[in-house]
Amino acid sequence: MKKKKIVVAVTGLNNTDNPGPGVPVIRGIRESKEFDARIIGLAYENLEPGIYMKEIVDKAYQIPYPSSGSDTLMERLAYINSVENIDVLIPNFDAELFTFMKSEDKLKEMGISTFLPTSEQLEERQKSNLPAYGKKYGIKVPYSKDITSHWDIQVIKNEFQYPVLVKGKFYDAYIAYNDEQVSNHFNRISAKWGLPIIIQEFIRGTEVNVVALGDGKGNTIGAVPMRKQYITDKGKGWGGITLSDKNMLKITTDLISKTKWRGGMELEMIKTVNNDYYMIEINPRIPAWVYLAVGAGQNIPEALVKLALGMNVEPYKSYEVGKMFIRYSYDLIGDIQQFEKLSINGEL
Amino acid sequence: MNIKKDIAISDSGFVFDPTTGESYSLNPLGVEILTLLKDGDDQKEITNFVLQKYEVDSDTFENNYYDFLNMLKQFNLTEPQA
Repeated sequence: MKKKKIVVAVTGLNNTDNPGPGVPVIRGIRESKEFDARIIGLAYENLEPGIYMKEIVDKAYQIPYPSSGSDTLMERLAYINSVENIDVLIPNFDAELFTFMKSEDKLKEMGISTFLPTSEQLEERQKSNLPAYGKKYGIKVPYSKDITSHWDIQVIKNEFQYPVLVKGKFYDAYIAYNDEQVSNHFNRISAKWGLPIIIQEFIRGTEVNVVALGDGKGNTIGAVPMRKQYITDKGKGWGGITLSDKNMLKITTDLISKTKWRGGMELEMIKTVNNDYYMIEINPRIPAWVYLAVGAGQNIPEALVKLALGMNVEPYKSYEVGKMFIRYSYDLIGDIQQFEKLSINGEL
Repeated sequence: MNIKKDIAISDSGFVFDPTTGESYSLNPLGVEILTLLKDGDDQKEITNFVLQKYEVDSDTFENNYYDFLNMLKQFNLTEPQA
């Protein structure tokens, strides 16, 4: 079968010790039997490793941070599109999703398709809304409260038992065993990610995750559960294994069915010794470990591209259990001329 | 005691629990006993098998057998009791 030529733009090329999903998403698309994709890397920083990986990214462009406003971002994308004729855009950062969602119509006018959650879907699964979300969709979630000041720590103190988790709105989570540690983590996280800070009940158990894709009509196109086998001091999975867990799959398909989730997602759960599952986070995008799902037989990035292009996608029915990923670091050798091109021209 | 149905036991002694992703190593006798347990053999059958095949008295075997069962329980390799 002749492969269809497409151009896909991808963000999240930061394959660092805090890895973005860009590179594994691209690897999935590269392995597609249906698409011959030209990959356009969209980078915020000059040293995002994906930019320099020749077999991964065909051409990279710098783009402005979402904080500089959606008009500035759209202007830059219009230029990139005038050169590249992008068919599909896959944003991979939580923090940029809202901007891309807001600009979905403008992107469509440019001929660029996306497949993103709706604003309502994005908003209601925010960490700070998780208790209400759990109630609405019948899933167990740890008790949590938002705080916006040090004073709040004292106000809500009696509602929790130590230890607790102190979490940022988008990223970062630390465990705290006393008021002083909550206070320290509050300062550290709020300086980086702003307010509110979420104080969450600490549930003892094993962290398990699911990568899934919803078609926006309530159907689960793909879902693969995994347990991290090796976790770095930043809390990132550096090794993991696919699981045979019907409960996790049922929680996932029920949630996608009830919310009519549109796009990629990662469910983070704690499985207790009593086999209860607590949802601790719902990430509204494909996670950095998605290539494990590809290796286990579900090419979720490829399926997402198909959905974005309006193609019919048959849901995956199975995956291989016991497939593992082992992440590694690798030194790429680059030239200062590459860095110069990117810094001066904004493209490489 | 019922061993979880989907536990994978390899001849090499590698045991994989696909529901938790955990893996374990067993010696050859451990593999034999776990396989018999998984096949539904009871304690009497397993004891007879081991006493016939190995040079061991029944008291020593029984002690080690219960230790082994407790370990399987501890690692959640058994079905929860009804």
